Amino acid sequence: MSDTTAATGTERVKRGLADMLKGGVIMDVTTAEQARIAEEAGAVAVMALERVPADIRAEGGVARMADPEKVAEIMDAVSIPVMAKCRIGHFVEAQVLQSLGVDYIDESEVLTPADEVNHVDKWAFTVPFVCGATNLGEALRRIGEGAAMIRSKGEAGTGNVVEAVRHMRAITSGIRRLTTLGPEELMGEAKSLGAPYELVREVAHTGRLPVVLFTAGGIATPADAAMMMQLGADGVFVGSGIFKSGDPAARARAIVEATTYFNDPDIIAKVSRGLGEAMVGINVSEMPGAQRLAERGW
Amino acid sequence: MLGLQGDVREHVAVLDALGVAPVVVRTPEELAGVDALVLPGGESTTIGKLLRRFGLRDPLIERARAGMPMLGTCAGLILMASDVVGDHDAPDRLGLMDVTVRRNAYGRQIASFEADVDVAGVPEPVHGAFIRAPVVERVGEGVEVLATLDDRPVVVRRDNLVGATFHPEVAGHPGLHEMLLGRSS
Repeated sequence: MSDTTAATGTERVKRGLADMLKGGVIMDVTTAEQARIAEEAGAVAVMALERVPADIRAEGGVARMADPEKVAEIMDAVSIPVMAKCRIGHFVEAQVLQSLGVDYIDESEVLTPADEVNHVDKWAFTVPFVCGATNLGEALRRIGEGAAMIRSKGEAGTGNVVEAVRHMRAITSGIRRLTTLGPEELMGEAKSLGAPYELVREVAHTGRLPVVLFTAGGIATPADAAMMMQLGADGVFVGSGIFKSGDPAARARAIVEATTYFNDPDIIAKVSRGLGEAMVGINVSEMPGAQRLAERGW
Repeated sequence: MLGLQGDVREHVAVLDALGVAPVVVRTPEELAGVDALVLPGGESTTIGKLLRRFGLRDPLIERARAGMPMLGTCAGLILMASDVVGDHDAPDRLGLMDVTVRRNAYGRQIASFEADVDVAGVPEPVHGAFIRAPVVERVGEGVEVLATLDDRPVVVRRDNLVGATFHPEVAGHPGLHEMLLGRSS
């Protein structure tokens, strides 16, 4: 007989679920029907939302946690893990999502922030959190607050991969830089990154984040997904890119396949054929600062 | 090392520490070149679909039947199982071992846990992470139970095939990988 003193909600168990999602695609869905399409395409998880980021952008107003009814409906529809978003700093939305039993909470800049100073104390929860980051310091601050998974923010709802590339490169080059520093330089670097010293030391030693690093925000094609994987992502979030395209089922499947075979251009070429219209997309450089979601949170 | 999706890195780290240079398998050609295989944790639904779409399913079944040692953890065990039950459609699977597995049987992620497991043939307890873990509800003829937790089988073996409902690789315990490599009984 084995020891049954089981421990729930530990760092290992929280980070462990993200480990199981590696090499996979997490898709934004707004209905049970979309969730089933995502699962059938091979998604490793779905993000249950009221509106996809492109619609949040278009419609404006305050974007909040999805209706619990909707989240529950999506949880019932699929066997893969279900994630849901709470507003930055909105710890009660997070409590509600934990009570619903979602598998991961995304404390997300895509929703309207509830607190401009503090993020949620994620250590206080049994359910794990994923948070967005635009650079290494931001990633380590979120991990310091208890995030068990990081995604580069990109610019959600644009269908434009440029910000995802910028943020992923900032994080990975920040990590590479840390590994070149001497021990006496790490405290100064922690100060300039605004990141916890212990985490800076850990990353300098291991050469990677202590949690899984996905990418998000603007991925719209199989080639986008494969590029982000080649740039060092452990997996991909696709938001508006699938259900705002001409043929969501085919595009979803192709993005899954390109994420698995991200190093095989022949397969990426094959799966990219005849997918119909990608989402239209927005030029991020022409967007006023106030419309940039990545600038929410710090 | 099957590398379509999941916690491939953690398994590779355990195998590296054992002095094995694992090959990551994503194609039938790569599969033909290995003589033992780990099916990692991940999403069984996703891995099952990719195995079928990319022509790995049939060669994998053939190799397993021909006696290639295989270790499956969590999703890997689900893929090896003959029968999978739960609230949703069962995933595409290989049906290599006569067991019935219930997916996500402990509940959703908030019920995930870690615990020590005594495994027959492994000297030290194996520390495992049970992440949205399945349970083995029925064990068919010829399937040995190597470990239980709360009276339910958590490690099972059928000849060349070993399956665990949990992840020893997450905490880096090498016991089951040594078994795969024939380094313990």
